Amino acid sequence: MTTAWRNLTLFGAAALAAMAMIEPSFAEEAAAAAAAAAPAVKAPDLVVNKADDCWMMTSSLLVLLMTVPGLALFYGGMVRTKNMLSTLTQVFAIQCIVCVLWFVYGYSLAFTEGSGATSPFLGGLSRLFMQGIDPKTPAATFSVGVGIDELVYVCFQMTFAAITTALAIGGFAERMKFSAIVLFAILWCTFVYIPIAHSVWFNPGPNDLATANDAALARSGFGFQMGALDFAGGTVVHINAGVAGFVGALLLGRRIGYGKEAMPPHSLTLTMVGASLLWVGWFGFNAGSNLEANAGAVLAMANTFVATAAAGISWMLVEWLFKGKPSLLGLASGVVAGLVAVTPASGYAGPMGALVLGLVAGAICFFFCTAVKSALGYDDTLDVFGVHAIGGFVGAIGTGIVAAPFYGGAGVVDYTKCVVKDGIVTSDCPIGDYDMMAQVIIQAKNAAITIGWSAVGSLIVFLIISLIVGLRVSAESEREGLDISEHGERAYNM
Amino acid sequence: MKLVMAIIKPFKLEEVRQALDGLGIEGLTVTEVKGYGRQKGHTEIYRGAEYEVSFIPKVKIEVVVPTESAEKVVEAISTSAKTGQIGDGKIFVSPIEQTVRIRTGETDADAL
Repeated sequence: MTTAWRNLTLFGAAALAAMAMIEPSFAEEAAAAAAAAAPAVKAPDLVVNKADDCWMMTSSLLVLLMTVPGLALFYGGMVRTKNMLSTLTQVFAIQCIVCVLWFVYGYSLAFTEGSGATSPFLGGLSRLFMQGIDPKTPAATFSVGVGIDELVYVCFQMTFAAITTALAIGGFAERMKFSAIVLFAILWCTFVYIPIAHSVWFNPGPNDLATANDAALARSGFGFQMGALDFAGGTVVHINAGVAGFVGALLLGRRIGYGKEAMPPHSLTLTMVGASLLWVGWFGFNAGSNLEANAGAVLAMANTFVATAAAGISWMLVEWLFKGKPSLLGLASGVVAGLVAVTPASGYAGPMGALVLGLVAGAICFFFCTAVKSALGYDDTLDVFGVHAIGGFVGAIGTGIVAAPFYGGAGVVDYTKCVVKDGIVTSDCPIGDYDMMAQVIIQAKNAAITIGWSAVGSLIVFLIISLIVGLRVSAESEREGLDISEHGERAYNM
Repeated sequence: MKLVMAIIKPFKLEEVRQALDGLGIEGLTVTEVKGYGRQKGHTEIYRGAEYEVSFIPKVKIEVVVPTESAEKVVEAISTSAKTGQIGDGKIFVSPIEQTVRIRTGETDADAL
């Protein structure tokens, strides 16, 4: 694990050094536009619009589709016949468990304001059991004065918590006890996912950011205060799940026969179906993360098309070159790597920036899933580290670059400079100055915090589980297959 | 009576069946099998993990014929299953002691 850490740090340092050489010189804004010490401005009430609500309901369903059946089939196709049902069951069960815990306490801990020393990483209990929310309670979006109904925001964020937890199991598929998976879903989502989601995404909303910037920032999550950009979850979802899967793979050890027996995927047909459902669902993930059905969502959609396609091509070409044949599994893996990498950048990059990001991510993830994995000898069953942690890292750092208006990026809105009319702040907020070098460093810090939190947090979670029910099935059960030994049923009765 | 058993390439099955049909052979048993001979296997690569697949799919056909027909049957199979490439398969001939048609109780030549 420490080697991998060092590698990541070195990789980050190399990326920073490369950036330093090509950083463009931005025209410094001549003088701070004498921000007239204006009297206190007010924010407008949040108005919910039907189109935004409609888009967020649709997006929530699209992200659900990513998990069941998308991810379940993508993963299921890659395991052996005897473990097909266990993989499907694990993903399906995690979706159900996380959904329930999210409504009971997860949403409250992740997306409300905390108090005291823990507030940068943990919310409060004001929404425990969904108290204080009725169907007409508005939640903030990214525009001053624009809201969506909070319940749809709860649903949308629930689907993220569920898929992140489900992604992690790819690292230790085919050998974990089902009881351990159930505990993992509860403990990992609570102690690892929720704090990172709160840190990177929680803020009091544009209304407060525009009217009381510093005070509002101080109430936000740690990563958000730092200025980290993670549009749809490069750190929160992918680095987080990838590192957890990797820690699990190391703790559980290799599958019996790994490296000696053939363990080819049992149905690449289903893997292709799953990867395709992931791509479709990912538009809810990325374009939905815009929280409004407007130009920002359209940009995220375009980026999610082009980066994904570029990464699929990139992986395919590199594989063709180095392994002799372009494979379907390679193409599907490249597509997923591209989706992962564009996730944090989807609302900030321009389409050409996204294209480059996809090309880079496809090749780097190929390298990690083949060369690095076999050199280090760890058994990350479904390459959750090589695709999600590495792809997420490339995306997190890359976001700092491709978000730059200089490279066609959309930049970042500066809520401190929104136009004020008649003492009321409007949704007309300019794009702020963009210091690429500084942003890349912030991105690297945020990624490092996520890696550290997930590694340590996951380790503790796995140790707790091993004390309660144990992590790994018996050698006999593993040989027989988890479908029969853990679930008493068989995927194919033919 | 003789048992003629042949291991052939799967895509040659229909040609072999037609050739045997032409000889008036009235029944044939087919099994999907795996194995290797001089053809050996091939390599499969999944995300960089390379697997040597030693056993390749073949079709095994079994037909029991009167001793005097055995030679013609063997010839028909070897002609129709031949591609000239490595991996065309093999034919084995062995004696059969007894045959019974279950429905009627007929035996030996009458049961074929």
